[in-house]
Amino acid sequence: MNSIHDMGGMHGFGPIPIEENEPVFHADWEAKAMALRLLMGAWGKWSLDAGRHANESLSPQQYLNLSYYERWITSLADLAVNAGLVDLDEIRNGAPAPGTRKNIPPIDPDGVRKLLAAGRPSARPLESQPRFSIGDRVRTNVNAPAGHTRLPRYARGRTGKVTTHHGGHVFPDSIAHFNGENPQHLYTVRFSGRELWGNTASDKDFVHLEMWESYIEPT
Amino acid sequence: MTDDNEHSRHDHHHHGSHTHALLPSDPALRVKALETLLIEKGLVDPAAVDEMMDAYQNRIGPRNGAQVVARAWSDRAFHKALMEDATAAISSMGFAGFQGEHMVAVENNDSVHNIVVCTLCSCYPWSVLGVPPVWYKSEAYRSRVVIDPRGVLREFGLELPDDREIRVWDSTAEIRYLVIPQRPAGTGQLNEEQLAALVTRDSMVGTGLARAPEATS
Repeated sequence: MNSIHDMGGMHGFGPIPIEENEPVFHADWEAKAMALRLLMGAWGKWSLDAGRHANESLSPQQYLNLSYYERWITSLADLAVNAGLVDLDEIRNGAPAPGTRKNIPPIDPDGVRKLLAAGRPSARPLESQPRFSIGDRVRTNVNAPAGHTRLPRYARGRTGKVTTHHGGHVFPDSIAHFNGENPQHLYTVRFSGRELWGNTASDKDFVHLEMWESYIEPT
Repeated sequence: MTDDNEHSRHDHHHHGSHTHALLPSDPALRVKALETLLIEKGLVDPAAVDEMMDAYQNRIGPRNGAQVVARAWSDRAFHKALMEDATAAISSMGFAGFQGEHMVAVENNDSVHNIVVCTLCSCYPWSVLGVPPVWYKSEAYRSRVVIDPRGVLREFGLELPDDREIRVWDSTAEIRYLVIPQRPAGTGQLNEEQLAALVTRDSMVGTGLARAPEATS
């Protein structure tokens, strides 16, 4: 979706907010927000990309007005209700609806250690042959899907060179909308700064992005 | 924008999308309200909350990545393995896992400098660097580093020669990048532990360099 989260190449955001000796979290609630988001994700009711889509579905005004972990906790409420884990009245009242049963045991500390050690790989075996080879020149499509996509606007309709083939990976545009993993071949594509930004860019600047096979066409 | 406007957005997948408006606006209260509800519903185990916070506050952070870099600097076989299959090499040191499932190491040298970003959200190699700093997640960094990498590096105090190639890696998939900074001069006699102390978080994202040995106590 063409929204504010897709900000590569925008001007006007000012200097980088660099903080010396920055703490891991700036407040206890930030650490809690991180933990709650990951622990609720462990129920397996939504994918990483559905979670990203919940963040980018905040209105642009809201997205920019919320700090990072505020976004996480805000869209977590949306994810939990959409997944049926929590209902609206419970959010409103701050307490479980009368008569609801407790859920089956949630992830425990040992489960957390296992989750963090194993992660959730997105690679999937694919029987199809990759359409592109290392060194191929490719052009990205100019589609503007209203849903989740990982092809940023600044790299649409641009020509680059395939530098790596990563095998099959879950397709975000599909899984984010609960439409299945539909894995595709994934490539790294190298674009020159001049191709992306015109002749004011240094001819020594390059941007590399991962591209699913349906994002690119032969030139 | 009014709430009504927001509610009028047509999106089948997000019919509950204003659920969050029912939570208190203060973030600490908002988190507390949700935490209480989730625990009472049995959806979250408070001990698991503590475990998750402890993991990222105390165990999983840039000292992990620094050990990987130090070993790559001092062990030729490990360096080769890291460049060929970073996921396996990092896993052999016990640092694989969540948000580091598919690792790629990119190495700086006299002709190439690498920088990592996620313009679309905040993808970052958590298993080796921990949770990302505020600047990495900021609108300023995400918007600017792809269009003006040299200007961004100058704000970090890093002025690269004009003829140095810059490779910005925009993490659009689940591939996570670890920058291997150049080994500082005058470190030939240092062991891995001493070398690791020179490796800063920013040097592994590409917005800094490894420290010179005299800069450490």
